[in-house]
Amino acid sequence: MALDKNQIAQRIAQELEHNTYVNLGIGIPTLVANYIPKGIDIEFQSENGVLGMGPFPFEGEEDPDLINAGKQTITTLDGAVLFDSATSFAMIRGQHVQLTVLGAMEVSENGDIANWKIPGKMVKGMGGAMDLVASADNIIVAMMHTNRSGASKILKQCTLPITGVNCVKKVVTNLAVLEVAENGFQLLERAPGVSVEEIKNATDADLIIEGEVPEMKL
Amino acid sequence: MINKVVSNIEKALQGVESNMTFMVGGFGLSGIPENSIAALSKMDVFGLTCISNNAGVDDFGLGLLLQRKQIKKMISSYVGENAEFERQMLSGELEVDLIPQGSLAERSRAAGAGIPAFFTPAGYGTEVAEGKEVREYNGKPHILESALTADFAFVKAWKGDTAGNLIFKGTARNFNPLMAMAGKITVAEVEELVPAGELDPNQIHTPGIFVQRIFQGEKYEKRIEQKTTRKRD
Repeated sequence: MALDKNQIAQRIAQELEHNTYVNLGIGIPTLVANYIPKGIDIEFQSENGVLGMGPFPFEGEEDPDLINAGKQTITTLDGAVLFDSATSFAMIRGQHVQLTVLGAMEVSENGDIANWKIPGKMVKGMGGAMDLVASADNIIVAMMHTNRSGASKILKQCTLPITGVNCVKKVVTNLAVLEVAENGFQLLERAPGVSVEEIKNATDADLIIEGEVPEMKL
Repeated sequence: MINKVVSNIEKALQGVESNMTFMVGGFGLSGIPENSIAALSKMDVFGLTCISNNAGVDDFGLGLLLQRKQIKKMISSYVGENAEFERQMLSGELEVDLIPQGSLAERSRAAGAGIPAFFTPAGYGTEVAEGKEVREYNGKPHILESALTADFAFVKAWKGDTAGNLIFKGTARNFNPLMAMAGKITVAEVEELVPAGELDPNQIHTPGIFVQRIFQGEKYEKRIEQKTTRKRD
């Protein structure tokens, strides 16, 4: 069975390291916050100017002056801090934020990512994505393996305008966990019940497969 | 003390003309200078270049200026919430320069700090880098980005004093302190204006030296774009 979006987030949560600062992008990455393993302390950074972001507020307690980068109302946790956008991106560019999880339209085998523009169609802008992918030590992409028309989003080379080069370290999809290795995508894990063959068929890029590929544990 | 108070919004906007470049603070609709934008949308100024992280929504924020086609060019990082914006952009009526959010922040800060340009890794290898100088530092390629300045910067703070000192609240701070530094004339609107001496100097975010005019906004709608809540257990 391929994973659903929550399960992708759940698998990515296993990558979280104790006592680290993490920036979660919009969409599936936001869900990662729901699955922090026990004993792991994380502070979430949102690039619009908050560190120590908490859950959504209770109904009636929303504060228009307290939002995340997705413009959703949020709360802050004890130890939280608020700051301006230049300080926020100093944390990001200065590699003080250790992990970035973000969505993508395409990822290529050398770690390029495209997630900000479809020429002539979608022109929303890159927001903070280019600063985030240019800097973080660890960048994990959370996305579906294929797009709505069934085409692979795991490619030899991106076809859409790219957001950053040589930056993605790992990709977690509904079918597989892939590492961006020196020579291309290495298949690390497969979704429960999904065969290596099925993953190969859904993937445009070549896969490096070493020995038995284990199933993900959720 | 140098008094920065203007008695009304007309005086705050004195000198605003067509074809000028404005910076407008805020992230989404949070921390936008609502009163200045509303007043600008009623003035006959056109051909504007607006530097702002976002472009408002169709009927609020900078969307009001877009509706009247007062803006010729937008410099932003993310404009996804505005259908009219997208229409004007795709039809070619509106010129748009999309730039990385961190570069937008730093380019504003740099202008105010007397730094004409700087190298950043953001955007290397992408469309953003086209035509820009590339240099390697610490084994990593960086691109040259220039400072961004404006004829007017419109910012919004929570509290301010008559000397122009500002304190922001929550994530409504965002670009406001940086744009305040970058504007040739910075107009700050605040929810609460107090006499100099009432704000604790230790708590001030933006020193009044960066602010030329300050006034208390008449009212604040503070619209929420994405109301997200959780259930009580």
